[in-house]
Amino acid sequence: MSPAAGPVYLERRSYRRRRLADAARLLPVLGTGLFAFPLLWGGGAAGSTALRGLYLFAVWGALILAGGLISRRLVRSEPSDDSG
Amino acid sequence: MLSFNLLVTFCLGYVALLFVVAFVAEKRAQAGRLGWLRSPWIYTLSLSIYCTAWTFYGAVGYAARSGLEFVTIYLGPTLVMLGWWALLRKLVRIGRSQRITSIADLISSRYGKSNLLGVLVTLLAVVGTTPYIALQLQSVTLSFAVFARDTHVIAPEAWAFSDLNATALWVAAGLALFTVIFGTRNLDVNERHHGVVTAIALEAVVKLVALLTVGIFVVWGAAAGPADIFARIEASPIAQWQTGGGRWVTLTFLSAAALICLPRMFHVMVVENADERHLATASWAFPLYLFLMSLFVVPIAVVGLDVLPEGANPDLFVLTVPLAYDRGALAMLSFLGGFSSATSMVIVAAIALSTMVSNHIVMPIWLNAVRGRATFSGDVRKVVLRSRRLSIAGLLVLGYLYYRVSGGGEALAAIGLISFTGLAQVLPALLGGIFWRGATRMGAAAGLGLGFAIWIYTMLLPGFGETVLMPAQVLADGPWGAGWLRPQALFGIGTMDPVVHAVFWSMSVNTVAFVLGSLLSFPSPLERLQGADFVNIYRYGAGTRGWASHLAEAEDLLVMAQRILGAAEAQALFQDAAARQGKQGYLPDVTPEFLDRLERELAGSVGAATAHAMLGQITGGAAVSVEELMRVADETAQIMEYSSQLEAKSAELGRTARQLRDANEKLTQLSVQKDAFLSQISHELRTPMTSIRSFSEILRDGERIGPDDRARYSSIIHDEAQRLTRLLDDLLDLSVLESGQGALNEQPASLHDIVDRALAVTAGRGARLRVERDGNDRIALQTDPDRLAQVFINLIANAEKYCDAAAPVLRISVREGPGAVSIDFADNGSGIPKDSQAVIFEKFSRLSDTRAAGGAGLGLAICREIMTRLGGQIGYLPGQGGAAFRVTLPRRAADAA
Repeated sequence: MSPAAGPVYLERRSYRRRRLADAARLLPVLGTGLFAFPLLWGGGAAGSTALRGLYLFAVWGALILAGGLISRRLVRSEPSDDSG
Repeated sequence: MLSFNLLVTFCLGYVALLFVVAFVAEKRAQAGRLGWLRSPWIYTLSLSIYCTAWTFYGAVGYAARSGLEFVTIYLGPTLVMLGWWALLRKLVRIGRSQRITSIADLISSRYGKSNLLGVLVTLLAVVGTTPYIALQLQSVTLSFAVFARDTHVIAPEAWAFSDLNATALWVAAGLALFTVIFGTRNLDVNERHHGVVTAIALEAVVKLVALLTVGIFVVWGAAAGPADIFARIEASPIAQWQTGGGRWVTLTFLSAAALICLPRMFHVMVVENADERHLATASWAFPLYLFLMSLFVVPIAVVGLDVLPEGANPDLFVLTVPLAYDRGALAMLSFLGGFSSATSMVIVAAIALSTMVSNHIVMPIWLNAVRGRATFSGDVRKVVLRSRRLSIAGLLVLGYLYYRVSGGGEALAAIGLISFTGLAQVLPALLGGIFWRGATRMGAAAGLGLGFAIWIYTMLLPGFGETVLMPAQVLADGPWGAGWLRPQALFGIGTMDPVVHAVFWSMSVNTVAFVLGSLLSFPSPLERLQGADFVNIYRYGAGTRGWASHLAEAEDLLVMAQRILGAAEAQALFQDAAARQGKQGYLPDVTPEFLDRLERELAGSVGAATAHAMLGQITGGAAVSVEELMRVADETAQIMEYSSQLEAKSAELGRTARQLRDANEKLTQLSVQKDAFLSQISHELRTPMTSIRSFSEILRDGERIGPDDRARYSSIIHDEAQRLTRLLDDLLDLSVLESGQGALNEQPASLHDIVDRALAVTAGRGARLRVERDGNDRIALQTDPDRLAQVFINLIANAEKYCDAAAPVLRISVREGPGAVSIDFADNGSGIPKDSQAVIFEKFSRLSDTRAAGGAGLGLAICREIMTRLGGQIGYLPGQGGAAFRVTLPRRAADAA
């Protein structure tokens, strides 16, 4: 009922949940970095479409996996107050 | 090899299947059995309209031309979906709590329900989407052409041009039909189309399966497994990475923006969303879908380049590679996949755009044209639905014309990027709107307008090549020879990639104008309220309160709401609002909260700006009160909490006071009426008594009375005694009912028969009343037919007595709800004044003193008691143009029968 004076220290579960929400917000930042990384590789052997393709799809799959884990946990721990 | 006729047959069969699926889903939704229709998986699959024919055919073509660059189109949406917690969740929450109907509605609603912005975004969307619809038509006709030619060499020009056009025309007509049937079936207050969503979910599965099957065939059938494919890629013309950093980043950004800003994506993601938690599933499942769609794109492109002759159209590799290996069935599946991608995009885009056109262009014009009368006459729903149907047809005609005029020569990817860039112009206003309270309408209009103009100048017009609007000389030297204004090299910077150039200039000028305009202008109060509500959506939850109260009559509002929402829905809404205020009946107090809720419900049907304007016509315009501005201005949470507590308390006090006042008024009125009744009942009892006494005296004392007079006098005595008996019977009946004595004689009965009986009894009295019945009353009931007939007789007799129309008509209509049957008795007289509506069911109440009526004011009181005993209700139904009563019977009785 009081959105103003929330407790200074949160209990363990709410604390975990807030950090989980932080992770959900930061995941696309990490993704942007990883997807842009091949731009720095330059030409030569590392510049081949096949290698870069492998890298991109591997990163892509890992991000999906991470996103799935985070969002499942976020939904499961959904409390009554979701102002996070 | 597959015959062309077989292909057409398959295609028609598939379309028929879609119709059936949509129809069944719609039926299930209507019956309230949503079940899997509202699962997160259907939601995720419906998002896949992001993958249009551009993905299905174009991605392979794109990869064959520029290698891995195609993947940026899917990386952007992946990033946005993964970040759902920060952006999409907020967008969906706003969409649901503000009843947003489209992206134009969101922008218009956020910036003070501005019609100007609504029109601007709608125009942008129509201009940006038409080429895209043309693109879908083109891809379907090209894929038909592949089979028609029955050869591996793809040369669309070789197929008779008129045949291609005819195919495109048929496809467009079929799509328009489907969209009109399932997209504008009813004017749902939530804008949800279960039939359409289910059909596109099925199409999503078809296109994924098709592309995966072709991919698996290519890797393990045409090539010798992943290692072989890897080697082939290394040896192919696209072995080297070709994309510059600028292009890579720009395209990723563009596709991320498109996921939010494309009208069709906004529609399925925000408007059709039924549950916020579905977003959590879609946040990883949709990227997975994109991942699978892109997985085999490069292998197919490489094998296509390898196997097919020089000059084959790479946009059709998905079809032609299987054909080259003589796999007819696979090609067929792939064709259906492409067909699905194209049709689902066109259907949803047409629905989203027609909503925007009707809510932001047609409705404001119509409201202006019938100024003042709009709220009272004509069925608004019909106007809205008709304008949507016409817009859908209009959009497909536009798309077809664009296809004809452009000749369909360009590569698919180019058109897609033009469209994406156009719609991305909404992004600054959208993001600013939901994250920055300082964003204003002026800023949004400036940003959108400038971005739109630059996009047309640098991208859309040059995209056509040399035309009347953009001659070659302007392209090469700039307008009037001003070289620094060259469309693809503004300020003389000609070394940029054209796409990057257009995106850079349009987005930067747009954003700068938006920010500067917002910083320098001053928002209206309504804008500030909306801004605070949008930005702090998680904190407030409640919506805007922008209405000055007590300027409107609840009955007028009900009449208007019935025209937009439909009679049953509007009545339910008003009844619920009245119940929340602790009142009975259909007319709540016109509080700002109620007006706000009503406006949001209306906005769900006709858009925020139109709903605002229509309410404004009745209430005489909105006014923002000081308290509401303070709510916005108060930054400190403490004051906010304090004031919200005060607000809640004062609302509660107000409610209690209102109830007390009502009760007191009722008591005073009843006491007055009781006195009047006592004197009346003495009068009623005395009059017959007096005549009985005097005539019996005459009979006793008079010796010379003839037999005729004797007979006359005794019949007078008899009549008067009967009148006394009737009066006493009524009183007795009522007291028996009230004390709960006397058993009900419940038995199975037909409503139709009971109404017949009531009409037969009342018809005997020389009726001038004409009765109209609808045929819905063949319903079996388990009830006391005698008592129910008594209620009906009373209502019909009342209409006969009190209806003051020249040609009185009584309309009896029956409606079957899920839990109850309701029977309405409405006449065409002048109705019952509002202040009397509260007391007509009380004992002894009689509205007029016309003794002609002859009753003692007990009829409706008896009716109410009977209905309570039968487990039902009787109530006065306002806003029907005359006096109207609704009798409600519970359905459980009928089930038992």
